[in-house]
Amino acid sequence: MTQSYRIETGGLINRNKKISFKFNGTSYFGYEGDTLASALLANGVHLVGRSFKYHRPRGFFGAGVDEPYAVVQLYRNGETEPNIKATEQELFEGLEANSVNCWPSVNFDIGAINNFLKIFLPAGFYYKTFMWPKSFWYKIYEPFIRKAAGLGVASTKHDKERYEHKYEYCDLLIAGSGPSGLASAYSAAKNGAKVILAEDKPRYGGSLLTSDVNIGNQSGKDWADGIISELKEMPNVIVKNRSQVFGYYDHNMLVMSEKVSDHLPKTKKYHPNKRLWYIRAKEVLISSGSIERPIVFGNNDTPGVMLSSAAKEYLKVYGVLVGKKPLVFTNNDSGYETAIEFKKHGVEPIVLDSRSNPQSEIIDEAKNLGINIKDSYVVVAAQGYKKVKSADVATISEDKKTLGKIENIVCDCICVSGFWTPTIHLASQSGNKTKFNEEIDAFVPGVSKQNETTLGAANGVFTLEETLKTSFEKGKELSKKITDKDNEISIPNVVEKKYSKHDKFWCVPLPKGKSYKRFLDFQNDVAVSDVEIALREGYRSIEHVKRYTTLGMATDQGKTSNLNGLQLVSEIENKVVPSVGHTTFRPPYTPISIGAIVGREVGKHSKPTRKSPIHNWHEEHNAVFVDAGVWLRPRYYKRGNETLFEASKREAKNVRTNVGVCDVTTLGKIDVKGPDAAEFLNRVYTNAWLKLPVGKARYGVMLREDGIVMDDGTTTRISENHYHMTTTTAQAANVLSHLEYYLQLVWPELNVNVVSTTEQWAGAAIAGPKSRDLLQKLFPKTDVSNEGLPFMGYVEGDLFGVKARIFRISFSGELAYEVNVESDNGRFMWDKIIEIGEEFQIQPYGTEALSTLRIEMGHVAGSELDGRTIPYDNALEGLLSKKKDFIGKRSLQRAAFIAEDRQRIVGVVPLDKKTSIPEGSHLVKDANAPLPNKKLGHISASCWSVEHDNPFSLAILKDGKNMIGEKLYVMSPLKNKVIPVEIVSSHYVDPKGERVRS
Amino acid sequence: MLHIKCPHCGMRSQNEFSYGGDATVKRPELNKEVTDQEWDNFVYNRVSPRGKHLELWQHLSGCRQWIKVERDTATHEIFRTYKANEEIA
Ligand SMILES: [Zn+2]
Repeated sequence: MTQSYRIETGGLINRNKKISFKFNGTSYFGYEGDTLASALLANGVHLVGRSFKYHRPRGFFGAGVDEPYAVVQLYRNGETEPNIKATEQELFEGLEANSVNCWPSVNFDIGAINNFLKIFLPAGFYYKTFMWPKSFWYKIYEPFIRKAAGLGVASTKHDKERYEHKYEYCDLLIAGSGPSGLASAYSAAKNGAKVILAEDKPRYGGSLLTSDVNIGNQSGKDWADGIISELKEMPNVIVKNRSQVFGYYDHNMLVMSEKVSDHLPKTKKYHPNKRLWYIRAKEVLISSGSIERPIVFGNNDTPGVMLSSAAKEYLKVYGVLVGKKPLVFTNNDSGYETAIEFKKHGVEPIVLDSRSNPQSEIIDEAKNLGINIKDSYVVVAAQGYKKVKSADVATISEDKKTLGKIENIVCDCICVSGFWTPTIHLASQSGNKTKFNEEIDAFVPGVSKQNETTLGAANGVFTLEETLKTSFEKGKELSKKITDKDNEISIPNVVEKKYSKHDKFWCVPLPKGKSYKRFLDFQNDVAVSDVEIALREGYRSIEHVKRYTTLGMATDQGKTSNLNGLQLVSEIENKVVPSVGHTTFRPPYTPISIGAIVGREVGKHSKPTRKSPIHNWHEEHNAVFVDAGVWLRPRYYKRGNETLFEASKREAKNVRTNVGVCDVTTLGKIDVKGPDAAEFLNRVYTNAWLKLPVGKARYGVMLREDGIVMDDGTTTRISENHYHMTTTTAQAANVLSHLEYYLQLVWPELNVNVVSTTEQWAGAAIAGPKSRDLLQKLFPKTDVSNEGLPFMGYVEGDLFGVKARIFRISFSGELAYEVNVESDNGRFMWDKIIEIGEEFQIQPYGTEALSTLRIEMGHVAGSELDGRTIPYDNALEGLLSKKKDFIGKRSLQRAAFIAEDRQRIVGVVPLDKKTSIPEGSHLVKDANAPLPNKKLGHISASCWSVEHDNPFSLAILKDGKNMIGEKLYVMSPLKNKVIPVEIVSSHYVDPKGERVRS
Repeated sequence: MLHIKCPHCGMRSQNEFSYGGDATVKRPELNKEVTDQEWDNFVYNRVSPRGKHLELWQHLSGCRQWIKVERDTATHEIFRTYKANEEIA
């Protein structure tokens, strides 16, 4: 296909480099420097998609981030990305893109039937259309909406691209490289400030790329190029293109998305696809410019209707004519600039100006060029379905209420200018109290909440001379505050054309007997009639109107629609715009890839991985690992074809009959030191601690102030003022914070210091009837007899030259010890235990066997201490001291906590002694009771008892104390199971606890 | 993301801190008889002011000190930060 709409010369594209691409399966050519939009327009393609609700044909409306509807599905290097604006996507060799929102194709779209059934899709269609009948929702409405709506399809494949996050601090962040951005960056940089200048487009210069002005005897573009190359040389300046500052958050933190690779066919090696910058700036200068606003008229969404500024940009930057018979419809002087550009390239435009007899320099120039200008004229409606074919036009009365006789003008595009709307999104996001400027009929930033200043067109200043002057000065003033330097910058002289006043006219009335759709929000298909309905139905707040009609929502955030929507509401309500107010602009200003937000935190990088110093041994011995918080722990050691069930049974059984060893390095460990350590523990734990002798350990339970069990573990008195506390793996960090809270804030008079020692010690639990024999061989010089090292005793020992701590504590309920050595010696300790343990048939055991052992013993763990249970519920009330106060004690008097039928831990055995009970199942009295079946309790942990060789579970059961011997049912709707069970004691093995003391 | 000045370490990003609630709540003294109402006020009942709020934060990924932060809950403006034992002006 030839590029029949590309002019011979001109534009900023590289005509020496042809680029081929595909759109909806058809091959085209463009040039390096094109966007997908400009390349399609060069090829005469205007139809890019279908609209969101009515599936009306959609073309290009803007030329950049302002584009509300030219959204495509992009394919690049085997990946696909939805929601890409064709006006922002740079062309690269091999680019492929498809239309979205059209099914089965953009030319024949089944959803377009919505357009004729629009009675079903008025304002509030989200809320009322698909509500009834309810049974239609899943089968008919939802699949239909899913297929017909949306802005593309996300890939279901793993994203191979890499995304980076970067944190940066600067003195001034300047968002936008138009005249105000360049001038303020330049003077601040010259003053020595650390400056970041961000431009969302590939080219710097903003409006200077398309305006016909002179700065310091150069063209605007040449001046911009000069400033940029000077800034790039300065070490205190970061200049970034393709970088959108899209969010302004608290305390002057802004987030910017840098598109590093999207303009290339393939991401370069070691490069990310996108880089997300978190920038903390001392001062923020918003130089985001302005967006031309549309004038509302009939069928104003027809492909070929576009912003006049976009038509000018396509011509001046890309050398593309958006039409060969253009109609320019304007209420201000900007339209004339576009008309003049057309005329210069041999195309005859017609200008319709809603004003009567406007006078200005640029209008004179247009007249002198012989351009056909019709004053007091408006476009009533565009004609044509997939492309503008003509326009119905008419004269309009001075009061803008009465149309003259309708005439038809043949044209192939309508370039609209309804004056300019400052881009105040960032200022508004920062909390700026924006104000309405009557002069320009738009909101501008008002009182700043954070250190933010808006300059140039974004501040409603539309003359270049004033923009440059204030921007140079502001850059200097703000940087001077920070660097204390005062570099004099001479402000260049400016040549620009003077503008006359715009017409406060924004919506063409409907001619009698016509019901054209007149769109306000092109992305969300919100027409004038929708807002009228919302107001008729009683919606008043602009925030409510927004949600009911979807005006200004979604990815567009009202860039082109916002003000016209407000004008309409204020007109119907007979109010002025400022009293209607505007809706909140939400970040992101423009869509940001989820990948960029996630950054590197994907897959195994989503959280840190902690491994014990014995990890390699586990790997070498076929351990199957499980995530325990951020730790990796062996779940079981697989032998041959063993299943998890078989292996954990073997390992647990070996502990009960011989001896097993388990890596318990992950257990939380906290050193508690100081003369008041005993007193502190006495307040933290529920039981008594003042009389624990040196060389002894004690089991302790700690509560939260609300009486709920926080954690449990043993704490050992190592020496007079030194205690070694252990916590569960999961609660280690919370317990440390908890202790610090009380020491720093509540009882600062206590002379105690706490520090985490989890990573300083490697731990091995040696458990089983033969553990003492093994221990004796490991520590031949230490008396480990029942008298020398009794239950809950502690000694230090010498493990073949390595200093070790030996605790006689047990989680398995067997005779057991825990040996700790400094982490570096962890592997040495483990190797010795395995080597010497061989003669005692030692086997390592994982967390699954560990659970089995503790469950059948009735020892509580995380699944019972789940943040909802008190000591009584866990049969731990024996540990509650009556003599002293402790954290949470007062809460235990709450009525619910002392109720007669309070929940309590019990054991659960299936009557058939065969069926395993799913964890999380509910206990009920009657399996056949009607729903909702009253729940009496839940299964907290399940195992296969190796002692009894049948399933056994723990449960937290209402009135558990009196339920022993009862027959109940376990129900698991998830697993579709109903199991008759008997309630037994939670101590299923060795209820008297004789083994640990043996 | 807030920017919080730790009185021990200086300006740090919010993600180094964890929030600890109302700093004006005082724990009843140990071994002291308290009514149900007093205890509920300590454990559960909190005001949720719009505006100035003195609150606790812990500099978790820093010096691990609990600090007091005077913050506007509506605007997020931070007026002052205090050490745990510092007199509140
Ligand atoms: Zn700190």
